[in-house]
Amino acid sequence: MSREAELAVVAPVARSGGRRSWAWLGITPFFLFTVLFLILPTLDLVVGAFQTPDGSFTLDNIARLNQPTIVSAYWISIQVSVASALLGALAGFVIAYAVVLGKLPRPLRPFVTTFSGVASQFAGIPLAFAFLATLGPTGLVTALLDQYAGINLRALGFNLLSFWGLTITYLYFQIPLMVLILMPALDGLRKEWREAAAILGATPWQYWRHVAFPVLWPSLLGATILLFANAFGAVATAYALTGSSLNIVPILLYAQIRGDVLHDPHLGYALALGMILITGLANVGYIWLRQRGERWIK
Amino acid sequence: MGFLDLEGVRKVYGANTVVRNFNLSIQRGEFISFLGPSGCGKTTTLRMIAGFEIPSAGTIRIDGRDVTELKPNQRNVGMVFQSYALFPNLTVAENVAFGLKVARRPKDEIARRVAEMLAIVKLPELGDRYPYQLSGGQQQRVALARALAVKPTVLLLDEPLSALDAKIRISLREEIRSLQRELDITTVYVTHDQEEALSMSDRIVVMSDGRVEQIGTPFEVYNYPATRFVASFVGTLNILDARIVDPASGRVVIDGQEVIAGRGVNGAGVGEVRPMALRPEAITLDGGNGDRNRMQGTIEEVAFLGAVVRIRVRFGENAVLLDTFNNPGVAPPPRGSRAEVSFGRDDLLLLQDSAAD
Repeated sequence: MSREAELAVVAPVARSGGRRSWAWLGITPFFLFTVLFLILPTLDLVVGAFQTPDGSFTLDNIARLNQPTIVSAYWISIQVSVASALLGALAGFVIAYAVVLGKLPRPLRPFVTTFSGVASQFAGIPLAFAFLATLGPTGLVTALLDQYAGINLRALGFNLLSFWGLTITYLYFQIPLMVLILMPALDGLRKEWREAAAILGATPWQYWRHVAFPVLWPSLLGATILLFANAFGAVATAYALTGSSLNIVPILLYAQIRGDVLHDPHLGYALALGMILITGLANVGYIWLRQRGERWIK
Repeated sequence: MGFLDLEGVRKVYGANTVVRNFNLSIQRGEFISFLGPSGCGKTTTLRMIAGFEIPSAGTIRIDGRDVTELKPNQRNVGMVFQSYALFPNLTVAENVAFGLKVARRPKDEIARRVAEMLAIVKLPELGDRYPYQLSGGQQQRVALARALAVKPTVLLLDEPLSALDAKIRISLREEIRSLQRELDITTVYVTHDQEEALSMSDRIVVMSDGRVEQIGTPFEVYNYPATRFVASFVGTLNILDARIVDPASGRVVIDGQEVIAGRGVNGAGVGEVRPMALRPEAITLDGGNGDRNRMQGTIEEVAFLGAVVRIRVRFGENAVLLDTFNNPGVAPPPRGSRAEVSFGRDDLLLLQDSAAD
């Protein structure tokens, strides 16, 4: 019997549930990776947040989060994340809309998709240096604007090593991420809905208000929250760009665990726990809102 | 001038002409079907009436008003889509109310109209459900209620039943037709299903390759197809190649046997070979009597279909299918046996190859 014939005979038996599926073997590395590098470290830091260096239980690490430097770090982190998520969502939506529904030339779409795929993963030290080289105090764009347009960014109050500088840098990967997530969602808006609304007398705005936005709402919300979490956890870009001049939680956390004079890993665990709680709350909010938004979907 | 007029309407995409010189005048309250295969231009024509496509040339008038360049939301036309196109985030009642809501009608008027429409489509209890909670047939009823709620002057239906199973399709087409008669609304119905078109329409527009092949009542289109395409697309029609002997008397020769086309073969020249149409149900498997045409052939195939027995008789190059009712007392003739068939002289029709552009 040929190999193909054997498979044809065996396949129905496997599907009927009579035999153990080997498919589980395929996803085992994923589960193993998740357990080793996500679940166990998370549990370790949750436990560590409630321990003293000698291993006994304490709430002191948590209590020490309530100091002005740390509260301020959380607040700035949240602000940067919210700002970059909202601006990224807005810009990403406009780009995705233009590409998917804007009747632009067809070849533009694969170009935008490919660029977004690359740009959404372009973060960390290379991105920081790219921005320093362009929008930094002696960056190319800064110099060109000053020389040819008479625009002195520094005189206008712009500083790359600041809140808005970091937000703009984050937007480099936030916008393409939003584009990638939203394009399939916009594809899901059926042309017939728009036509049905139009022939019933609706203006394009009425169609968007009553049909398209409510249908897109879960995707928009989910993507924005994802962008928030993406920015909230980013450390390499922020550290490479601002060093320690901008007080955000990932940089503070990094300072506690890297082993210099501030070395206090248990405070670091508590800081990380705080980050987990904030992103966790964001996700709970997302799930709740999404369930409300999707109650009409099977 | 009719209630809905299309005059010289054309639609061109690049080098591709999808609708050619379409002329049609539809009377108020009339039910018209556009019938044809995929790609024949029927949906494009419907979409031009709806305002989703702008004609490359020609004029569309509704109740005397030129709507050719108007947007869909300025035409007061209702449309039912093949895929229902119900808004998934709105309940049944909200879907039906949509057109009235965007027109900013008073809330009590909207509620009254929604209840009325849901009662008309026999779904009065389902107002709170979402589209995904309904069957395909129910969704299409809601789509119909939604289209009619705004009291459109013309109702357009784009293959509304093609996604439904056969049983629902038959019951729903009867309901659509009776509702259309009750509301006396001018209706254009697009379908590729000839049975649907024949059973529902006041008139049928048969289309092929962007052109109108024939416009007529179901009786006319079925019994007197104007072109070879109509003959082959509507019903099961035998098409025979006949050599013209005498155009005035209608004498023609098919595979060496002379017969007469009672309606004449005017326009054909002596000696030309032209297509002739003959309905299966017009042929009987006997010599017949009186002045019927008679032809001798060989039984080539016998298909028992239950109540009907379909027999193919070959004369030579040409063959015909004929239907006879099943008679338990008489077995169908065996394959290979000789047989004589007969048909009325008026049943043999000369076909044009295609309609002019």
